[in-house]
Amino acid sequence: MIPAIGLALGIMLGLLLQPAVPVWLQPYLPIAVIAALDAVFGAVRAILDGIFSDKVFVVSFLSNVVVAAFIVFLGDKLGVGSQLSTGVVVVLGVRIFSNVASIRRHLFDA
Amino acid sequence: MSGADTRPRPPRDARHAWARLRRAGAPRPSRSNLLAMVLGVVLGFAIIAQVRQTSVEGLENLREDELVRIFADVDQDGDRLSSEIRDLQTSLELLESRTTGEEEAQRAARDRLEALSILAGTAPAAGPGIILRIDDPQKQLDGTALLDAVEELRGAGAEAIQVGDVRVVATTWFGGSDGALTVSGAEVRPPYVITAIGDANTLAGAMQIPGGVTASVRRVGAEAEVQIRTRVVVDALLTVKAPQYARPVPTNP
Repeated sequence: MIPAIGLALGIMLGLLLQPAVPVWLQPYLPIAVIAALDAVFGAVRAILDGIFSDKVFVVSFLSNVVVAAFIVFLGDKLGVGSQLSTGVVVVLGVRIFSNVASIRRHLFDA
Repeated sequence: MSGADTRPRPPRDARHAWARLRRAGAPRPSRSNLLAMVLGVVLGFAIIAQVRQTSVEGLENLREDELVRIFADVDQDGDRLSSEIRDLQTSLELLESRTTGEEEAQRAARDRLEALSILAGTAPAAGPGIILRIDDPQKQLDGTALLDAVEELRGAGAEAIQVGDVRVVATTWFGGSDGALTVSGAEVRPPYVITAIGDANTLAGAMQIPGGVTASVRRVGAEAEVQIRTRVVVDALLTVKAPQYARPVPTNP
């Protein structure tokens, strides 16, 4: 509940302050956001599975973001930045889909 | 990425799952929960920032081939537009030169029309000149005296002349005698007032040379008086009739 309130608060804050993304962060932010979303859906699924832990959520969230940003950074350095970004997005997208499917099975028995 | 546990579990009772979700949603003030909230704030903020960035930025996110295509499009547009500019400039220059030519021709024609109108007596004229006033109390003058005066004025370079209310042009004739004088058939009565436009001093001098107009008028007992003016008006007009027989000879047959 409290993280959900935090999310709403963050969205409100963003709408209010209208932030500009600094240039050095621009390649990493979209991937980081997808990774964080993956962590959030994973957390919801873990709640439904009865194995949720705040600590695991925080650590997985941070590690997801860092690893995603690092992969993009590495890809940029190696000259395969856009392809690697696409790959990361595909992987995270598949994970999000599977998590959502599991959540759906839990909540709607379908 | 340990947040998402993908171990398959048998589907549970849906009601049980909702209750579990509700229970998880209940506020539990713990450090981890607060940290999770902070992460939520950061995530929401980042999402909005990225959405705004994506809507703002134009070309940064495009792939290389898209950029190449856009670049080629812009290049093509630029070529097309600059050729259009060239065409329009050419036609603008053409129109301007044509207008200038037409304006010059019109101005020349207008000047010529003015000169000819003054010569033909169809337009009023004004300028420096003299007013010659001949008083003839004894009615001794005849048409010749007026003709002499007009010829003398012409000789002195008068450009427009009128006698009384009659404009003097190429076809003007003088007649009558003994105080009943006519100019082109119109009767004029003494004192005869002749207005002439030209170099005023030259005209006045021409009137007063020995044996000239003033002297010959005075010989028959009349009086001639010359007034030099910086501006006189010759406003008697003639209507020009189209010639019945004479036709212009074409300059290039």
